[in-house]
Amino acid sequence: MSIFADENTLVVVQGLTGSQGSFHGLRNRAYGTKVVAGVTPSKGGGSLEGIPIFDTVAEAVEATGANASFVAVPRLGAPGAVLEAAAAGITLVVCITEHIPAKDEALLYNRLRRDFPACRLIGPNCPGVISPGRCNIGITAGEIALPGGPVGIVSRSGTLTYQALHELSQQGVGQTTCVGIGGDRVPGTSFIDVLAAFEEDPETRAVMLIGEIGGSEEERAARFIAAAMTKPVVAYIAGVTAPAGRTMGHAGAIVSGHAGTAQAKIAALEACGARVARDPSEAGKLMVEVVRGLG
Amino acid sequence: MDLYEHQGKRYLARFGVPVGRGSVADTVDAAVAAADRIGYPVVLKAQVKTGGRGKAGGVQVAADHAGAAASAEAILGLVIQGHTVGRLWIEEAAEIAHEYYVSFTLDRAAKLDLAMLSAEGGVDVEEVAETDPEAIARLEINPLDGLTAGGAEALVAAAGIDAAARDGVADVIRRLHRCYVEGDADLVEVNPLAVTATGEVRALDAKVILDDEAAFRHPEWSEFADAEPDDPRERAARAKGLSYVGLDGSVGIIANGAGLAMSTLDVVSQAGGAAANFLDIGGAANAEAMAGALEVINSDGRVRAILVNVFGGIVRCDDVARGVLGALERVQLASPIVVRLDGTRSAEAQALLAPHLSERLMVEPTMLSAARRAVELAGGGR
Repeated sequence: MSIFADENTLVVVQGLTGSQGSFHGLRNRAYGTKVVAGVTPSKGGGSLEGIPIFDTVAEAVEATGANASFVAVPRLGAPGAVLEAAAAGITLVVCITEHIPAKDEALLYNRLRRDFPACRLIGPNCPGVISPGRCNIGITAGEIALPGGPVGIVSRSGTLTYQALHELSQQGVGQTTCVGIGGDRVPGTSFIDVLAAFEEDPETRAVMLIGEIGGSEEERAARFIAAAMTKPVVAYIAGVTAPAGRTMGHAGAIVSGHAGTAQAKIAALEACGARVARDPSEAGKLMVEVVRGLG
Repeated sequence: MDLYEHQGKRYLARFGVPVGRGSVADTVDAAVAAADRIGYPVVLKAQVKTGGRGKAGGVQVAADHAGAAASAEAILGLVIQGHTVGRLWIEEAAEIAHEYYVSFTLDRAAKLDLAMLSAEGGVDVEEVAETDPEAIARLEINPLDGLTAGGAEALVAAAGIDAAARDGVADVIRRLHRCYVEGDADLVEVNPLAVTATGEVRALDAKVILDDEAAFRHPEWSEFADAEPDDPRERAARAKGLSYVGLDGSVGIIANGAGLAMSTLDVVSQAGGAAANFLDIGGAANAEAMAGALEVINSDGRVRAILVNVFGGIVRCDDVARGVLGALERVQLASPIVVRLDGTRSAEAQALLAPHLSERLMVEPTMLSAARRAVELAGGGR
């Protein structure tokens, strides 16, 4: 098994005729993902390399039974595209769009939660989700992943996610699903959502978590690991030596307390039983040890 | 984008938040002329983007012309937490009856907006939050609903604001919220929000951080754009559109992706060295981008060794290797360069680089070994 996406996932690509949408959408299909439709308003009735194009997501769903969407449209249209997919009954939306203002992301998140609670949004500004050998939605290079499990990966960073996939694959350790949740301030899916899904997934037997400085999601994830995870977790946090970023006034300090620094995140994760690596390669090595120890 | 106090006040004023009359000055003469015009007493305030101005002597009250001259003389050139004061904000002094703290920001955990209001303003409010958290009233606001009149009133009541000032404070809070939302601010913080002896509510300070991602719909923000950065390396990087932060170490860094770039800094530190910069070359690690990045790093006199750390996903390592070789033809590097390329088509990349390897161009298989080599070449780094 895998989480969020598998061989039964039928994907509609919103913005399939754009440069990002066609490049990544076609790569996803070449990987074996069932890309069944594209949506570009005003281009309905056409097709791209055999993939039918529709004007609206509702029409695409009606005609093809699509149950997931890959949103690859520019930032001004992206929140509307996500909501259109949710309104059409899509239950998984991967949005790779960068540079969406924080206010727009917060509105989108709360609109989904209130009106379309069954719809899971991954992103915006994320590499997407790949269940190796089954389904790849987003911008991850599928060939660096290895099917067969037993490791689940969840990450806020793009390149570090690829690095983690590669390190494990090189050692012959496969992955069930790798979820890049994105580094924006209001991600549709958080570490805890993904950790909970991995905990439920029988094929996932260990989880790698890749975080970075800023916010308090890693600290919340640490509390979740202590309270609800039976599977081993290996973590890596980037930014131990990063120059201090801008401070969010006193308000930021009051809201997040001492959370936010790499040191605070590492301490929180270690206190909750996770094994924390000092660099990405060490994270790979620790995970290989953990997996070999599973027998 | 972080605003200076005087810019923040101008931004608040656009949304009808009352602020004091004042003007900026960069010299003692200009400061005294401004103070004379405004009328005494005045407050002279250092314009630096850091806290602790008051404790450092960067905020002074002047009762007359001579006092204004002495204060301006004392504050201009002062160094506050590493920031040299080059500009003053001179404002009419207010007779303060009460000081409050108010802020709007995003609660990232709840994914809701958060308003905080405290009757204990004008002091170290972080300390208040630790020692007496009850003294800070909080209101979570769902952005779909916005701040209602009832919400503002409830917040004011919960914070124990002086009864006579409640309506006025609630009104200013609604305006601050508009500034936060319509103004695309990540943070609007006023400390203190003062009620004067005559019952007028006024923002005596302003900390505003604007969301850079929203700049495209705020052409008016161009007036806040900082002058060119002082650091010549950052100026050069900005001109090339690179994501660059100058640091103090001796290992120049080029990596693809912000996460990997941060991670590279960490690994250099682990190897006993220190990075001269953070540089994320992004998805397009081609010859042009690589040459631009190498030029910026090459212009940095601190750099003793360069570390290129690229992980190929969709970006192919052989393309990056061609980029490095092409860049080396264009740029005469003053420092040796260590390259670590892994991921898609890394074997092809190694083959391309192999004939060119020397004590000026080296390849290492892992991040840690590459960092160790670069630190060694930099003479231990620090």
